[in-house]
Amino acid sequence: MQVSINVNGEQRSHEVEDRTLLVHYLREECGLTGTNIGCDTTSCGACTVLLDGESVKSCTVLAAQADGREVTTIEGLADGEELHPVQRAFQQKHGLQCGFCTPGMVMASVSLVEENPNLTEAEVRAGLEGNLCRCTGYHNIVEAVLTAAKEKQGAAE
Amino acid sequence: MIPAAFTYKKAGSVDEALSLLAEHGDDAKLLAGGHSLLPLMKLRLAVPEVLIDLGGLRELSYVREEGDEVRIGALTRHHDLEHSELLQQQVPLLAHAAGTIGDPQVRHRGTIGGSLVHGDPASDLPAVALALDAVLVAQGPSGTREIPATEFFTDFFETALGEDELLVEVRVKKAPQQGWDFQKFTKRAIDWAVVGVAVAGQRVALVNMGPTPMRARGVEEALASGASPAEAAERAAEDTSPPDQAGASAEYREHLAKVLVRRALENAANRGA
Ligand SMILES: Cc1cc2nc3c(=O)[nH]c(=O)nc-3n(C[C@H](O)[C@H](O)[C@H](O)COP(=O)(O)OP(=O)(O)OC[C@H]3O[C@@H](n4cnc5c(N)ncnc54)[C@H](O)[C@@H]3O)c2cc1C
Ligand code: FES
Ligand code: FES
Repeated sequence: MQVSINVNGEQRSHEVEDRTLLVHYLREECGLTGTNIGCDTTSCGACTVLLDGESVKSCTVLAAQADGREVTTIEGLADGEELHPVQRAFQQKHGLQCGFCTPGMVMASVSLVEENPNLTEAEVRAGLEGNLCRCTGYHNIVEAVLTAAKEKQGAAE
Repeated sequence: MIPAAFTYKKAGSVDEALSLLAEHGDDAKLLAGGHSLLPLMKLRLAVPEVLIDLGGLRELSYVREEGDEVRIGALTRHHDLEHSELLQQQVPLLAHAAGTIGDPQVRHRGTIGGSLVHGDPASDLPAVALALDAVLVAQGPSGTREIPATEFFTDFFETALGEDELLVEVRVKKAPQQGWDFQKFTKRAIDWAVVGVAVAGQRVALVNMGPTPMRARGVEEALASGASPAEAAERAAEDTSPPDQAGASAEYREHLAKVLVRRALENAANRGA
């Protein structure tokens, strides 16, 4: 089937098999390999992308279900050389070790902060329930998200 | 993991979904949020030849007031239930329980209709629907019919919904003053409940205590005859047949059910007006 998806602001059309998963579409058709596959069973969150601005696990969405919609991947966050505030906070707070979970963590965090910049630490931890870090660097990840959330609150005031 | 090959069809309306179902019969499966079905298809535990996507049916995604009821479209996502002000005020149990499902990514995709029709006794919303005495509205070739939640869950992953029917709406009574609580005991984040309990007023329903979600009738009877929460909770395991698995034996779950029912009843009593 033909799918037309706006990926990172660019309208794309591809012929795919009906059963193509969004994550495979992004990695193989679009060549956007920033989105990782960790578990393939909807558990780890490594494959998290934004679908119409909301976090989803792209290993459990069909490309067909994203037809006509907007997808943002880690590659689409920065504005040219300017990192997205959540990316910058991960860098500043050392919110990553090996980096495997990082694209998914960042995308899940972007969605979280977008929905509610007034986050408490407990809410950040609960909000990242679906993202596993095998380096177990959660402490600094939570710090990073809180930092990005504060920045967003500041910007809103 | 990639699902076995299938033909994807997008339904543009409820009528179109029904006629696609009629056309493809047993070979077809409906797709809502896909967060139960797609994992099964990736494991090849479900191998439909045709997938009928309901995802485009925006008209089935709503939470609205109708007299003394709140009506919820079957395609309403967990995320939207969780954040619905109407539900938070009028049916807080449902908003709260929806917010405990999986993780934010799962709640951005999964729907109330998919949760109910999937009929997993370990899922949260089926027990919540039982505790709320919800009415489920099915639509088929010959029109709509109402199915009480208490008659909907018939067996392990089986419901009273016909093969040619769609679940279109869930109706619950407004009950802003009613005492309620939801207890979900999990071992790790995002896990399904080992045991869960939903309480709405004097109604009590159990997650993962048998082949279907179920009302704890013994507890309800005890409450009706004036028992205290602690006394009533002693009857929580009556007529249950919980799964007996490594990590959580049936006996353990029976014990857990009593503890969680007591907590839920106490919290509900504190919340009730
Ligand atoms: C990682 C993870 C964690 C989860 N944790 C929990 C949890 O803690 N608690 C919990 O309760 N659930 C949990 N779930 C399940 C989740 O809530 C699913 O979204 C839900 O069970 C199914 O809803 P869906 O819209 O995704 O349905 P789908 O997967 O699309 O469909 C499920 C079934 O229902 C049928 N169906 C769907 N909609 C209709 C309709 N309107 N009419 C007729 N048939 C229909 C489909 O044909 C299919 O058989 C989890 C899922 C994942 C992946
Ligand atoms: S790869 Fe999708 S959740 Fe792990
Ligand atoms: S930084 Fe290594 S998996 Fe999270």
